[in-house]
Amino acid sequence: MSLSADDVRKMARLSRLLISDADAAATLNALNNTLALVERMAAVDTRGVEPMAHAQDVALRLRPDAVTEADAREALMANAPAAERGLFLVPKVIE
Amino acid sequence: MRGTVASLAAELAAGSVSAVELATEALARAQASPLNAFITLDPERTLAEARAADALRAAGQAGPLTGIPIAQKDIFCAEGWRTTAGSKMLGNFVAPYDATVVARGKAAGLVTIGRANMDEFAMGSTNENSAFGPVHNPWDITRVPGGSSGGSAAAVAAGIVPAATGTDTGGSIRQPAGFCGITGIKPTYGVVSRYGMIAYASSLDQGGPMARTAQDCAMLLNAMAGFDARDATSLPRDAEDYTRDLDRPLDGLRVGVPRGWLADGVSADVRAAVEAGIVQLETLGAKRVEVDLPHAQYAIAAYYVIAPAEASSNLSRYDGVRYGHRAADYTDLAEMYARSRSEGFGAEVQRRILVGTYVLSAGYYDAYYLKAQQVRRRIADDFAAAFAQCDIIAGPIAPTVAYKLGEKTADPVQMYLGDVYTTLVNLAGLPALSLPCGFGEGGMPVGLQLIGGAFSEARLLNVAHRFQQATDHHLQTPGGAA
Repeated sequence: MSLSADDVRKMARLSRLLISDADAAATLNALNNTLALVERMAAVDTRGVEPMAHAQDVALRLRPDAVTEADAREALMANAPAAERGLFLVPKVIE
Repeated sequence: MRGTVASLAAELAAGSVSAVELATEALARAQASPLNAFITLDPERTLAEARAADALRAAGQAGPLTGIPIAQKDIFCAEGWRTTAGSKMLGNFVAPYDATVVARGKAAGLVTIGRANMDEFAMGSTNENSAFGPVHNPWDITRVPGGSSGGSAAAVAAGIVPAATGTDTGGSIRQPAGFCGITGIKPTYGVVSRYGMIAYASSLDQGGPMARTAQDCAMLLNAMAGFDARDATSLPRDAEDYTRDLDRPLDGLRVGVPRGWLADGVSADVRAAVEAGIVQLETLGAKRVEVDLPHAQYAIAAYYVIAPAEASSNLSRYDGVRYGHRAADYTDLAEMYARSRSEGFGAEVQRRILVGTYVLSAGYYDAYYLKAQQVRRRIADDFAAAFAQCDIIAGPIAPTVAYKLGEKTADPVQMYLGDVYTTLVNLAGLPALSLPCGFGEGGMPVGLQLIGGAFSEARLLNVAHRFQQATDHHLQTPGGAA
């Protein structure tokens, strides 16, 4: 299956990426080459094969619902591109 | 570096050298190196760690690794260190906490010399995808060091440090170890904590040590491995001493060689060196058996669905709000997200996000993602069947020796095809290592890959150690490149 330029634009929108017009053709070509590579797996008979999501067949552990981390608000916010009074700043989203 | 982890540990224990002296020497070599193996050096922080290691020893509390210099791949968060994952997105990110691997290293007294260069978010096989420039191979600076742990491998091979950390999602410890002529092990999935290790493809990512020798890797793995409640996929197992079997004889060891692995797909020089390596194992008492991995040829296909799918999800966290790059110009929130991400991520990362988004999207999920997970099961089942006939599997790491910088950048798929012998191991979650087994075209090192069943790290390190006791490939060093 081959992707169209529209498909790439849709994936870019879903991925929150901007693909410039200058890069669009090269991106489309690279994605199609990658899909051609991965489509080789169509040759594998997978009827009745249970999908393997994970290398170890283990269940997620549970722990008591208790606070285990110390307060690190300042340290965690030190990397914020824009912050004020302990809050992350973003552009206005509600008019 | 004048020694291995083991020999320097002995010198430190004897008091003939201090951690501060070793760190000072390593920093000087790192600063003088033309290889671009490090993204960040912070001599003050390094020397503070070295002084702490010496103080620990003075107090009689030193362990076997206290004072050993190490390069940390720039993917492990380390409190107070800039931690970039090779990306402009995290160009100003200072980690607010320690990854478990880093914390365990600190507790063992390892001294961080610097932050090793890497392909952006560990996506790449040459280190050319780093936002901080490519790393050069110390054996020939016109060639790639491999990737994604290219800075780690180059720093060890050039003798800047005796040890480094790496991560391996599809070969990123083993392939650069092979390209640079050092030893590196990817442990069984779940053995080394992923807490604080910046995520690429979470069901495949696994950290591990890189050093000159298998013995050094065993000593380092002792410090890195262990259950961690903060990693939901960490396996609750008793602690192991990975050095315990190093000297075990290899008599009767059944070495499986997958049918077709030493045929047309591998270059003649690599084939000859790997064949010689297998013969060496036979000389040491091993018995060669042919095994079949019939679905191995589909591993790259499954990998380049599963890894981008997981990456597209993991990398959605980079939105320019809480940390990371934020664009300067935007009119609303949606544009801020898109501009920040497009400016912050390099081309290969963006391609993998797009592929991942596509294979997970409605209408294509079954044909790509589900199918890849079924192929993954087939590959794991192949290994289970093969390990009924052999104890370990031996083969190449990559089809060729390290190639020239720029040679494969134009066509990403050509680079992906180089992962033919490595990705299947990650899909199955198995341990595997790379050790030097000879030299090929242009005098470049060739790596021998040893793959074992789950939790066979001590056995793999044993086989590699016996090999290294009988050979000197791992003792060869590049001339003057450090």
